[in-house]
Amino acid sequence: MAKIITVTSGKGGVGKTTSAASLGAGLAKAGKKTVVIDFDVGLRNLDLVMGCERRVVFDFVNVIQDDIRVQQALIKDKRLDNLFILPASQTRDKDALDRDGVGRVLDELKQDFDYIVCDSPAGIEKGALMALYFADEAIVVANPEVSSVRDSDRIIGILNSRSKRAEEGREPVKQHLLLTRYDPDRVEQGDMLKTDDVLEILAIPLLGVIPQDKIVLTASNVGTPVVLEDSSIAGQAYQDAVQRLLGHDVPMRFIEPRKTNWFSRLLRRSA
Amino acid sequence: MRLFEYFLGNRPRTADAAKDRLKLIVVRDRAATGEGPDFLPMLQKDLIEVVRRYVDIDDDKVQVDVDRKDNLSMLEVNIELPGRFGPNS
Ligand SMILES: Nc1ncnc2c1ncn2[C@@H]1O[C@H](COP(=O)(O)OP(=O)(O)OP(=O)(O)O)[C@@H](O)[C@H]1O
Ligand SMILES: [Mg+2]
Repeated sequence: MAKIITVTSGKGGVGKTTSAASLGAGLAKAGKKTVVIDFDVGLRNLDLVMGCERRVVFDFVNVIQDDIRVQQALIKDKRLDNLFILPASQTRDKDALDRDGVGRVLDELKQDFDYIVCDSPAGIEKGALMALYFADEAIVVANPEVSSVRDSDRIIGILNSRSKRAEEGREPVKQHLLLTRYDPDRVEQGDMLKTDDVLEILAIPLLGVIPQDKIVLTASNVGTPVVLEDSSIAGQAYQDAVQRLLGHDVPMRFIEPRKTNWFSRLLRRSA
Repeated sequence: MRLFEYFLGNRPRTADAAKDRLKLIVVRDRAATGEGPDFLPMLQKDLIEVVRRYVDIDDDKVQVDVDRKDNLSMLEVNIELPGRFGPNS
């Protein structure tokens, strides 16, 4: 039976899709049969970030409304045998997903997969609520920045009160914090919230810290999940996060400023 | 100018302001929505820290509680100090 993991944030543009793609690909690479589902109906992007946009025939909404079987809509990744993508519809709106329909599709996928990773849309409206409703675990993606942390706090509250688990009084959704776009230099300068500051406010366990890295843009240009870029720091940070998700104890990396000589440090500080 | 401040060591650390502002607003949001974890543990931790600047106390000597009535809430704080304090001691 698959575990359902929702990647959510409240605030938009913090790195949910980037993270869902990388965690999904990382889990698949670790041998887990994984499907990543795009819940961002009307603004689908997961297909682009994962590099399968030209192979989309049917989508999530077709499966729920149009009698298309879920197997017909699943796209198998070209790089990893264990990885599948269920794209969102680009032409419908967020109301196209109804709770019973989504529940049915998830139940079916649960039989076949080890992990179901749900890429949530931004906001706290219907689409985001739908993406988190069925979650067993949630990855709250935040940037070290005031509005993102505040919105994360809201989404944590919503996970605690509006998920299926909360409604049924079962064990609460297990939550993880994924801090992305972290810039150790700016943290050291005192201009960016540090990991501990964010943890103190949000008070959920830390899954990982993903540094700000140019590779994220270039990887998205060609449709490669960042986690597969082995030599990049963001890629390695995502690999570590996957290991932690699988229950392994891995130390945090890339949270200290990179060592440079005093002169370039000085230049950077005064920039 | 920034370089100057850097050497003087008084460049403002804006991250501290961010953290302080966040702490306040998050507590208000939580109270307004009725969602999310309680702020009491955070308050308790802060209180312990403040009291410790003056008196050496254990973690469990600070109790905080909210007493909710119809449209008013009372914050109850109980801090137990070791020994007897004050001018008559
Ligand atoms: N670690 C990182 N370093 C640099 N850029 C990043 C990083 N993570 C994400 N980005 C960039 O941030 C932007 C938003 O990322 P992404 O689309 O994953 O966010 P999102 O939360 O899914 O957005 P939305 O709320 O619109 O769905 C993208 O341009 C992405 O390349
Ligand atoms: Mg997205």
